[in-house]
Amino acid sequence: MKYLLVNKIITATLLFLLSQMAARAQFPAPTTPPRLVNDFTETLPLTSVNDLENHLVQFANETSTQIAVVMVSDLSGYAASDYAFRLAEAWGIGTKGKNNGILILVKPKVGNQKGKAFIATGYGLEGAVPDAVARRIVDNEMIPLFRKNDYYGGIQAGANVLMELTRGEYTADAYLEKNSADWIPLIGVLFFIIIIVIVSVGNKAGKISKSSLGHDIPFWVLMSMLGSESRKHNGGWGNFSSGSGGFGGGSFGGGGAGGSW
Amino acid sequence: MTSCGYNKMVELRESVDAQWAQVENVHQRRADLIPNLVSTVKGYAMHEQETLESVVEARSKATDVNLSVDEINEQTLKQFQQAQEGLSSALSRLMVVVESYPDLKANQNFLDLQAQLEGTENRISVERNKFNEATRSYNTVISKFPRNLIAMIFSFERKPYFEADEAAQKVPEVQF
Repeated sequence: MKYLLVNKIITATLLFLLSQMAARAQFPAPTTPPRLVNDFTETLPLTSVNDLENHLVQFANETSTQIAVVMVSDLSGYAASDYAFRLAEAWGIGTKGKNNGILILVKPKVGNQKGKAFIATGYGLEGAVPDAVARRIVDNEMIPLFRKNDYYGGIQAGANVLMELTRGEYTADAYLEKNSADWIPLIGVLFFIIIIVIVSVGNKAGKISKSSLGHDIPFWVLMSMLGSESRKHNGGWGNFSSGSGGFGGGSFGGGGAGGSW
Repeated sequence: MTSCGYNKMVELRESVDAQWAQVENVHQRRADLIPNLVSTVKGYAMHEQETLESVVEARSKATDVNLSVDEINEQTLKQFQQAQEGLSSALSRLMVVVESYPDLKANQNFLDLQAQLEGTENRISVERNKFNEATRSYNTVISKFPRNLIAMIFSFERKPYFEADEAAQKVPEVQF
């Protein structure tokens, strides 16, 4: 009897989990750690993916504008535009408040099925990349290369123009400030501990030798070097999730344009 | 349980109101595009006077229905939606008609306008969805016990949703 009950519970849980998965299966989840270039179709060569990823991460760190690339083989019945907005909003591409995210969505052409491409712009970039411009980028930069099966070339060309257009729009200043602000409380605590240590050590050592003061100067220098070193690392490129902190909750309102081939 | 969720209800109502402003914005944006679109098409497609006139007419009907936040109810929202749908269908007829004018379709100005028009249609559907989502969470909160009692006392009323637009669900894809 008990066994039956347990069985039922397990089945119910499994069914629940399955239904949850089915509900989510329409949209791919961002990878962990999140990446800007997501090729779920495995069309792009891995080295190219990494090159583009580094390039876009560097751009995101410099400007705080996040340009994400997603390639999928199936749009789950959505129009490319609708799929792009929903996915971009769900992932939160761009930063909250600035809403400076862009999603380049590409569904490659397979057999008779049309290929589709869409550039979705976050609320904050609708001015820098108006719909008409997005359409031209898709039509003139991307689709001609997609037709030749050069998916990487097309995406790269599109991303390059988008970076040019959005470079001046936002600066990473606020972002850098925010990131270094995270350090201030930590540094404060460290200061406090160090002062206590110095005072207590100094008190003890003072009885033996009064010249211990000279010792902590290189220590401070070291500390400040450590601090600037880590800040420099934040400003530089590297991993998307650790460098820019991943997707930041940007919002999308239907800006952008696309095309098919 | 401070204030029995009153603040929460106010907050959610505010977000519905803010979202309504967005909905109005994007509809206005579409209406603003139309004069430019009509004059561009006119230059190339003189024989489509009738279609163009119906767009202009539908536009003025749509802009006549102004709905402020406090006036939203089941009926007024339906009226709003009907007026906007009239414009949508007039516009999509126009877009089908222009397919037979290759000169117009090659005109960069027209292509830009077309992209902008598609963009506003997309924005309209996104903002409507967001309005529905905001409304749904507001309606859910005010109708759950015990908040529904508070909601009754302070007259928080259920807000209506945009109905799924039947015409928009089967967008005619014109292929050549």
